[in-house]
Amino acid sequence: MQIYLPIAEVSVNAFLLLGLGGIVGILSGMFGVGGGFLMTPLLFFIGIPPAVAVATEANQIVASSFSGVLAHFKRKTVDLRMGTVLLIGGLFGAALGVMVFNYLKAQGQVDLLVKLCYVVFLGVIGGLMFFESLNAIRNVKKGKAPKRKKHNWIHGLPLKMRFRVSGLYISVIPPLIVGVAVGILAAIMGVGGGFIMVPAMIYLLGMPTKVVVGTSLFQIIFVTAFTTMLHATTNYTVDIVLAVLLLLGGVVGAQIGTRIGVKMKAEQLRILLALMVLIVCGKLALELLLEPAELYTIAAGGH
Amino acid sequence: MRSLIAALCLSLASLPAMAEEVVLGLSSDTVSINTNFDGSEILIFGAVKREAPIPAEPPLEVIVTVAGPSETKTVRRKEKRFGIWVNTDAVEIDSAPSFYAVSTSAPLNEALSFTEDVRHKISIPRAIRSVGAPASIADSETFTQALIRIKSKSNQYQLNQSTISVDEETLFRTAIALPAALTEGDYKTRIFLTRGGNVVSQYETSIYVRKVGLERWLFTISREQSFFYGLLSLAIAIAAGWGASAVFGLLRR
Repeated sequence: MQIYLPIAEVSVNAFLLLGLGGIVGILSGMFGVGGGFLMTPLLFFIGIPPAVAVATEANQIVASSFSGVLAHFKRKTVDLRMGTVLLIGGLFGAALGVMVFNYLKAQGQVDLLVKLCYVVFLGVIGGLMFFESLNAIRNVKKGKAPKRKKHNWIHGLPLKMRFRVSGLYISVIPPLIVGVAVGILAAIMGVGGGFIMVPAMIYLLGMPTKVVVGTSLFQIIFVTAFTTMLHATTNYTVDIVLAVLLLLGGVVGAQIGTRIGVKMKAEQLRILLALMVLIVCGKLALELLLEPAELYTIAAGGH
Repeated sequence: MRSLIAALCLSLASLPAMAEEVVLGLSSDTVSINTNFDGSEILIFGAVKREAPIPAEPPLEVIVTVAGPSETKTVRRKEKRFGIWVNTDAVEIDSAPSFYAVSTSAPLNEALSFTEDVRHKISIPRAIRSVGAPASIADSETFTQALIRIKSKSNQYQLNQSTISVDEETLFRTAIALPAALTEGDYKTRIFLTRGGNVVSQYETSIYVRKVGLERWLFTISREQSFFYGLLSLAIAIAAGWGASAVFGLLRR
């Protein structure tokens, strides 16, 4: 069934969009990532204009994250206090990131920078997570207890706060910095930033994996809602019909994904996320390295 | 008697535009884009009205062009720098139609002379206007060619040669396929009658492409009440997220 999208001004297959939304929703619920880093390139591929894809994707992430976070609230796996601290940093970072994005857009190199950002961050994060999870799985098999709660310089910082759900007593400075950094990257890359936030919470803040997913989803809702409003009022690029089709699949997928995620071991969850991140990274790297079939691209407006 | 015929011929030759005129019909002059719009076909038909007998030679040819609203475009080219492909050169195309179709009754170079093409801007490269390329780019016409190539691939630029059927040098008809990715606007439609490559008559009309119903409503509020539109998008997202969670919660019980 073909549907004409009023803002994107293209006609697409409705069932294809429902299916894409569903698959990305499952991953989103399992790993606590918004799924934007998967969905946005897929939307480009089926012919949605990039500006519309990025803006509408933000709106869809609000829905799937909200659906996912409700499931996590029932299991009490959301650290609201930590989420709020991250969110304060995140909103500040997002506003900063939008300014950087507009500056680069004027230079005509924004596509390249977005792709480079993806390749570098996905590559580093995916690689680190993959090897760490592999070691953890090996240690479990050998019967060694996993090392936890290393005392490092982070614990020496002032402004300490107790995060009961995460079982942490640390300074608010590291989560704030993580929030700002992820906010900047999220705005530049046009995603919720979950795939950076989740590893940062596990490895930098030392939060337990089960709490990380719900908390990440909680703060993604607000960051992407903010981004949606920004795109809707300044660029007029949110396509509500596209969003509805994607999120109908997405919310159902997120519910299924959350249930799968709860049944899996933390190390398995992490290694799967790492593999997925590495695959997307590899695909984008190839796009930059191989000669494109069409060397020319058309953009609207003058420069 | 002979001089009279000669004088008649002379007067006909001096008034070529009046000798043959187009009477036009369209299957519809509005295209409505609704939710299940998946491209459309427009039938263009017409007749040649004349007050004199049909000239024997050269044969009458018909050319039909349909042009969507024009806009400024930037075409960028990638080059390999430091091992990766990056955008380097860029050329601004001052005016390129969002959609452009040329249909002819004979191969275009037979139906239309070079000078007439320049004058009326009929062929696809002529319909695109690009004045100033930066001095650093020597091959600026390859950027225009790239634009045509990319647009032709998605059927947004079409050259349909010998697709107009002409009966008895009087009745003609053709169909133009509009792709699903169509933008709103007035699509300028021109019909040219040519003999020996020269335009002897031309006619102009418009096809109105409009969004209707839900499409119209959403597009309008997204532009005029963008804050409300943004909130509406978020409300739908939250409602859908909550709804799915509630439904699954019930299913588990």
